Amino acid sequence: MQIVLTVVIGVLYGAGFYMMLRRNLVKLIVGIVLLSNGANLLIFTVGGRLRRGDPPIVPVGNGMAADMANPLPQALVLTAIVIGFGVLAFALVLFHRVYRVVGAEDLDAMSGSER
Amino acid sequence: MILIWPILVPLLTAAACLVLWRRLRLQRAVSTAGSAVLLAASVRIFLEVEASEIVALQVGDWPAPYGITLVADLFSAIMLVLGALIGVATVVYALATIDPGREAGGFHPVLHFLLMGVSGAFVTGDIFNLFVWFEVMLTASFVLLALGGERGQMEGAVKYVTLNLMSSGFFLTGIGALYGMTGTLNMADLAVRTAAADSPATTVVAMLFLVAFGIKAAVFPLFFWLPASYHTPPFAVSALFAGLLTKVGVYAMIRTFTLIFVTDIEHTHGTILVIAGATMLVGVLGAVAANEFRRILSFHIVSQIGFMVMGLGLYTPLALAGSIFYLIHHIVVKANLFLISGITYRIHGTGDLKAMGGISRSHPALALLFLIPAMSLAGLPPLSGFFGKLTLAAAGLEAGRYSIVAISLAAGLLTLVSMTKIWAEAFWKESPAPPSAERTPRLMLWPVAALAACTLVIGLLAEPLVAISLRAADGLMDPRRYIEAVLGGER
Repeated sequence: MQIVLTVVIGVLYGAGFYMMLRRNLVKLIVGIVLLSNGANLLIFTVGGRLRRGDPPIVPVGNGMAADMANPLPQALVLTAIVIGFGVLAFALVLFHRVYRVVGAEDLDAMSGSER
Repeated sequence: MILIWPILVPLLTAAACLVLWRRLRLQRAVSTAGSAVLLAASVRIFLEVEASEIVALQVGDWPAPYGITLVADLFSAIMLVLGALIGVATVVYALATIDPGREAGGFHPVLHFLLMGVSGAFVTGDIFNLFVWFEVMLTASFVLLALGGERGQMEGAVKYVTLNLMSSGFFLTGIGALYGMTGTLNMADLAVRTAAADSPATTVVAMLFLVAFGIKAAVFPLFFWLPASYHTPPFAVSALFAGLLTKVGVYAMIRTFTLIFVTDIEHTHGTILVIAGATMLVGVLGAVAANEFRRILSFHIVSQIGFMVMGLGLYTPLALAGSIFYLIHHIVVKANLFLISGITYRIHGTGDLKAMGGISRSHPALALLFLIPAMSLAGLPPLSGFFGKLTLAAAGLEAGRYSIVAISLAAGLLTLVSMTKIWAEAFWKESPAPPSAERTPRLMLWPVAALAACTLVIGLLAEPLVAISLRAADGLMDPRRYIEAVLGGER
């Protein structure tokens, strides 16, 4: 499981950066999505012990049982997903607005303010 | 409990502004009052921390390192006060300058959400929580940057949003890796565990954080989004961004690289020092080449970030004190210069230096107000910038790093060159077009005058302020008390 996820994370990062390097606004968004998903999976993979059936909560007095699953990475990933979703929704609206104002989806057409 | 106020006050202010959505005059009153209360609360925290060391709060009474900790040491408290000060100045300035369209579009609530994110980042003691505050701050800044929807703003926003989201990706990756290595997110606990593990992998993670915070702080070679976007939004927004946002990145960098990533100083801080030198030089060269008022100032931000990071790279108490003093000086001066550029824009209807001129004759008082922060930025004594540069240079010589000192002095000279360019073009030469006869609104001048007065005070009271910076730097260099306050103390 760990190996599979590691490869998936690598592919997500690679594809994310590749898409972000392109000039099209839509592909840029896709790149951002891939990158944030890659980061979420990374936290999930390195943070928790990836096993099925272990309880995340143990009764008081049992101490830190060895076969306990760590629930914290899930909580982190959940937070990161929510934040990523909100930011992504905003970015989509913004980029749509950019497209309407500038009249192009090519990033090279957006350097007028830098001259 | 006092530590919750810098987060709660902007939150309540923003909420009240949202409730009063259609009642703009009430919104303005609430917004102004809210920023003033935030400043008062921040000063109160500063006084408490200054008198009695570090204040920590375990939110929800969950003991550290399991719960989220809010903690303020002297460095945090200084940053809180500065953030709130710039908040007040820009809110007052915005009262006179923000157009009704933007105001009706939610300018005031978003501004307070931004202040909440900034304050939250300064007081949090949890690295994931820091990420959350960064996102709060970023989302609010995205809205402020794009609000109004002019073409220039849109072009700037694309670059700003993309690069900052990328930085968040790096930050999250770094947090994931750090958590995988140590199993904790509490910064004090992280400090204990990375020191105990002393593993080379820490340095790898440190580099991830360096990239993440480097983008946010706009260091070389990750600064390109800044001069591409900071000159596009309204002047009040520019000033707020210029004063605060990159400095939150610098704060996070200094915090993590004095607390957590100190296992391989040779490598990490050596890298930072090289970055600092390149940032200073490239930034100021950009400023020399630019010809638009706010673009010159934006490039200066980049260059000045180099000075702050230089102190971190040297990693001695005196150098860090220099960085902290430089932050104090820079935030005030930089926000002020952006506010002034708004006034000159009003006079000439443009930010292009070629089309401006003669302001020193038509508005002599304004010219004086410009000269104070401008010469302070260039580092002329007895203004505040001089003491910042002096402290850093002294620390560099003490550490035997002569080349970085030489670079910083050259960058200072070039800063003076580009500042005199603004002076010669906009203020001194004959005006190509008659200036606007309209009077500048008082509300625009008050914040500028107040910040200029702050600059003078920082310059004149350099001695006690450097002493406070030294104390803050000592706290950073020896984080035992910080760790004790978070992990050991009960409150």
